[in-house]
Amino acid sequence: MPQNLEHSGSSWKGQQLKHQTSLIDRFDARVRIVLIALFACVVVLPNSLLVAGIGLLIGLLLVVLARLNMKRIFRRVLAMDMFMIFLIIMLPFTTPIKVPADILFELFGLQASRQGLLHAVLIAVKANAVVLALLAVVGTMSATQFGHSLARIGVSEKLVHLLLFTVRYLDVIGQEYKRMRRAMQARAFVLRVDKHTWRSIGYLIGMLLIRAMERSERIMNAMKCRGYHGQFYLLDHGSLAARDYYLVALSVPFLGMLIGMALIL
Amino acid sequence: MQPLIETRGLSYRYPRQGEVLSHVDFSLFAGDRVALIGPNGAGKTTFLHLLVGLKKAKAGEVFAYGSVRKTEAQFVEVRAKSGFLFQDPDDQLFCPTVIEDVAFGPLNLGRSKEQAESLARKTLASLGMVGYEERVAHQLSGGEKRLVALASVLAMEPQVLLLDEPTNALDSRAQKRLLDVLMTLPQAMIIISHDDEFLADIATRYIRLDAARFSEADACFAKGIA
Repeated sequence: MPQNLEHSGSSWKGQQLKHQTSLIDRFDARVRIVLIALFACVVVLPNSLLVAGIGLLIGLLLVVLARLNMKRIFRRVLAMDMFMIFLIIMLPFTTPIKVPADILFELFGLQASRQGLLHAVLIAVKANAVVLALLAVVGTMSATQFGHSLARIGVSEKLVHLLLFTVRYLDVIGQEYKRMRRAMQARAFVLRVDKHTWRSIGYLIGMLLIRAMERSERIMNAMKCRGYHGQFYLLDHGSLAARDYYLVALSVPFLGMLIGMALIL
Repeated sequence: MQPLIETRGLSYRYPRQGEVLSHVDFSLFAGDRVALIGPNGAGKTTFLHLLVGLKKAKAGEVFAYGSVRKTEAQFVEVRAKSGFLFQDPDDQLFCPTVIEDVAFGPLNLGRSKEQAESLARKTLASLGMVGYEERVAHQLSGGEKRLVALASVLAMEPQVLLLDEPTNALDSRAQKRLLDVLMTLPQAMIIISHDDEFLADIATRYIRLDAARFSEADACFAKGIA
């Protein structure tokens, strides 16, 4: 694995996207999460390119409002698009063609359909709209803030604590991985395509699992020592301000309008 | 004077390592700061785990805070009254923010959220950690993590502190700070450490664990083997 890929796989500590303080930070996290979830539904569910396009514009607008680093956002979105690229390439050729007029072009004896192409574009636009909006509105809060807000919205405490534990120990386990990986490099281990490499990486992953397991036992013991009896607590303050209500009052009719457009068109 | 914690004939064995503790008699009195020394893997940490019931003794008895402790339910009270500081603060600090971690113990002991929070703030302040409340636990330095872990234990207002290598991986400044903090605390302590200088400053008694047996040692004798 190249170094930079290894780095991005194990260096996230639950921090928010790097950005300058912006308008979006001033709104309550709960309102942001709920509104963005509604936005995602409104953009994704209807089969309308117009609504999806408006969604994409809103996504871009939110990214600008959140004062995110454009270059980095572009890279992240591109990373997601790479996952979909095959779907988008395949769709025009796999959608059944009903009338000959729908044939767009022919490639190696395969016929591409207009509906398929439209469908592919629609999926791409929807996905990008939602990811941009998520990055701008939810990505700008830390994982801790996100978890607390989810709990206060009413998401099951168990799920929230699963999330918070993951965030808390991702870095610890990541550090352990890096330590072992460096120790391997220090003994002149280089990744190759051979049996030795596969076995060594197997040992590394196995060791990581064992250590994680042992750590979980130690954590459980430490929790017991502090009187843990199955109950978690979240201390959190923060209340909705007037501007949060304004935001809701402004967004809900707008989302309603999008739904209306999707129904009529 | 009645000891706070006492063991009689305590024994423990690991399946493949054999006996690590053999008929150990030990008493901890109020005001004691006992240094528990011995080679790596001798069973020092195991002994502390037995005292709070994280492991169950194969033979012998633990008396703590006035009664015999055998079942899990009985040990729950022991754990509430003994503050156990683990070797690795990353094992102990699991909450997203520092204040939540420090308040976790008091909340478990049935305090209200407000009480627990004010207690947590007070404890942090007493350790000189004002301003750390909203910090994210895993982004702290090693020394800071150790102090937060200590705060999370002290917030439960324990009568006894069990410290497992408290100076492990601390630089000399952080060690000094920890020492200063510990010296002001009134609690009886059992301290596992391999740090001679640290123990010389803090310990009132030395106990050496070797070949599964406890023996009282004096400070100069202890130096060679710790």
